Amino acid sequence: MLKITNLHASVEGNSILKGINLEVKAGETHAIMGPNGSGKSTLAQVLAGHDDYEVDKGEVSYLGKDLLEMDVDERACEGVFLAFQYPVELPGVNNTYFLKSALNAQRKYRGESEIDAMEFMDLIGDKIKLLNLKDSLLKRPVNEGFSGGEKKRNEIFQMAVLEPKLALLDETDSGLDIDALRIVAGGVNAMRSKDNATIIVTHYQRLLNYIVPDYVHVLVDGKIISSGDKALALELEEKGYDKIIEESKA
Amino acid sequence: MKQESETEMLKEYAEQEYKYGFVTDIESETLPPGLNEEVIQFISKKKGEPQWLTDWRLKAYKIWLKMEEPHWANVEYPKINYQAISYYSAPKNMKDGPKSLDEVDPELIKTYNKLGIPLEEQEILAGVAVDAVFDSMSVATTFKDRLAEKGVIFCPISEAVKEHPELIKKYLGSVVPQSDNFFAALNSAVFTDGSFCYIPPGTRCPMELSTYFRINEPNTGQFERTLIVAEKGAYVSYLEGCTAPKRDENQLHAAVVELVALDDAEIKYSTVQNWYPGDKDGKGGIYNFVTKRGACRGNSSKITWTQVETGSSITWKYPSCILQGDNSKGEFYSVALSALKQQADTGTKMIHIGKNTKSTIISKGISAQKGQNTYRGQVMIKKSATGARNYSQCDSLLIGDQCGAHTFPYLDVKNTKSHIEHEASTSKIGEDQIYYCKQRGISEEDAINLIVNGFCKEVFKELPMEFAVEAQRLLEVSLEGSVG
Repeated sequence: MLKITNLHASVEGNSILKGINLEVKAGETHAIMGPNGSGKSTLAQVLAGHDDYEVDKGEVSYLGKDLLEMDVDERACEGVFLAFQYPVELPGVNNTYFLKSALNAQRKYRGESEIDAMEFMDLIGDKIKLLNLKDSLLKRPVNEGFSGGEKKRNEIFQMAVLEPKLALLDETDSGLDIDALRIVAGGVNAMRSKDNATIIVTHYQRLLNYIVPDYVHVLVDGKIISSGDKALALELEEKGYDKIIEESKA
Repeated sequence: MKQESETEMLKEYAEQEYKYGFVTDIESETLPPGLNEEVIQFISKKKGEPQWLTDWRLKAYKIWLKMEEPHWANVEYPKINYQAISYYSAPKNMKDGPKSLDEVDPELIKTYNKLGIPLEEQEILAGVAVDAVFDSMSVATTFKDRLAEKGVIFCPISEAVKEHPELIKKYLGSVVPQSDNFFAALNSAVFTDGSFCYIPPGTRCPMELSTYFRINEPNTGQFERTLIVAEKGAYVSYLEGCTAPKRDENQLHAAVVELVALDDAEIKYSTVQNWYPGDKDGKGGIYNFVTKRGACRGNSSKITWTQVETGSSITWKYPSCILQGDNSKGEFYSVALSALKQQADTGTKMIHIGKNTKSTIISKGISAQKGQNTYRGQVMIKKSATGARNYSQCDSLLIGDQCGAHTFPYLDVKNTKSHIEHEASTSKIGEDQIYYCKQRGISEEDAINLIVNGFCKEVFKELPMEFAVEAQRLLEVSLEGSVG
């Protein structure tokens, strides 16, 4: 589904990603772990197409297409979803209306008919329950006045409705208490299928107790220094990043 | 000295020219450019007005002569030559207009289509000679019957002068006197037509009144005069304007609107203004210098101004409320958009005189491209207005980095038993907001529309339903191409 080859990227001239190679197949869940400033979030943003990040070298092929050639909204319509680390507030823009607009934009892109408000309400009913969202949250402006946990839950709710092929979760666990973490993880797990893939970017192992990854990669200074399965995450938790870095050099 | 005599000479010359033109043009019923007492008498005579009104106009003219054009607003424009304007022209011969839509500026047609305006209406708006009588004529007739049943008067003000002279005499100029300001004085001297609306005591007007349905002579736009009177316990909602961009050969527009609400009466006045804004360099647009004021004369009366201003090259407009009656309420909800090279200096005045009077001001200014948007508002609380309250909120939204937003709130409080709150904010449509929307699949243009509509929501919800939908669409069309 996704093939990243020798990807280099920078922000304002500072080189951040220094040769990433990663292949993600449909049905897989990958976790990218690493210390602060290692380039985890940059990788997620580059894949989503953020303007601030300059791709200097490398290729990203997504479903056989050149992902880097596509504009942000085109990538989204092709099924790339980024759950933001810091979801953005849109004052006055109704949360439900926003999500309906997004869904219809994607449907239109795929040549499907737009759905009306009634159909939309039917469609989101189950997903609201899944993420245990309050009705009032749906009527409020997007992310405005939401608590940290509510924002993250809202991200996963959007993801559940938009049903992406490739989901990128950027530090989705940060700022979540244990109950919210369980709900968010439940939402993500419910959507896992053989047709889609998930990349989870995180500092901590704890999210991976709930969303069990097929692969774990350790990102340090813009490069993947080590890859493995779930056991690698536990090892990291136990030993810390420094130790793993040392071992990788040895 | 030399300069003075030169001016004197020029003036004489101008008047001579004028007199010459005057005589020949009487037959064709169109006055050549220029303004003097004879012109005013001519207009008044043409309208078949009684002597008192002719005198009223002349008084306004004399006052106007002594006034100077105001220049305190945050707008710039070349000097207006008031002697170069023609102050009366009879209904225009349709044969002079374009013969079909093919002859109309394609840009204008494009906008009409985007707004979803039916073809027949496009023809009327663009001034194409149409023979067929369009539907609104018959609509207007049934409409008049329903109003008459309730005793509501809704007619051109020139008709009201003849049919209801006592009401006109009582209320005309009672809210905006001739001496109020330069443009109001000019309007008082030369107004050609406008609407009159009277709601009898205890009556709820059975429908929203709209200028759109008023059968009227063309060419009333330039110096329009509107008077609305709501008697004790009456209610009316009045809609002015139209979302379709209207072209007008007259660059200067100086309208006056007066509202009078007696005890327990309520007037809602909603405007969607979309006059031609000029091209991207600001050329050819309308100067919209309007005086709008409502008097809450009775106790517990209420006046609400709601405006969506997207057109005109320059807007100079401050719909205001004089809160005389105890417990009366004034409200002002405004969305003003300045894109292209438009300049808007708009806001409101809330003058609290009665006890426990309340006012609310919600102003949303949007600037894009090279637009300049100014909010100017005054809240005045007189000594008598104990227990008065005001809440003001002025928000500005910037799109791009070549536009500007300015806020000038004036507060004048003369007693200690009143309460004023003022909130203001300026924000820029964030790159991060657009990115967030796009990451969900929404295009950049739709993202901006979403954000702008969210910003204006508090004002749009005050508009009648249908108008609100149109206003939203109008903003979208007006903002097209303002990003990127």
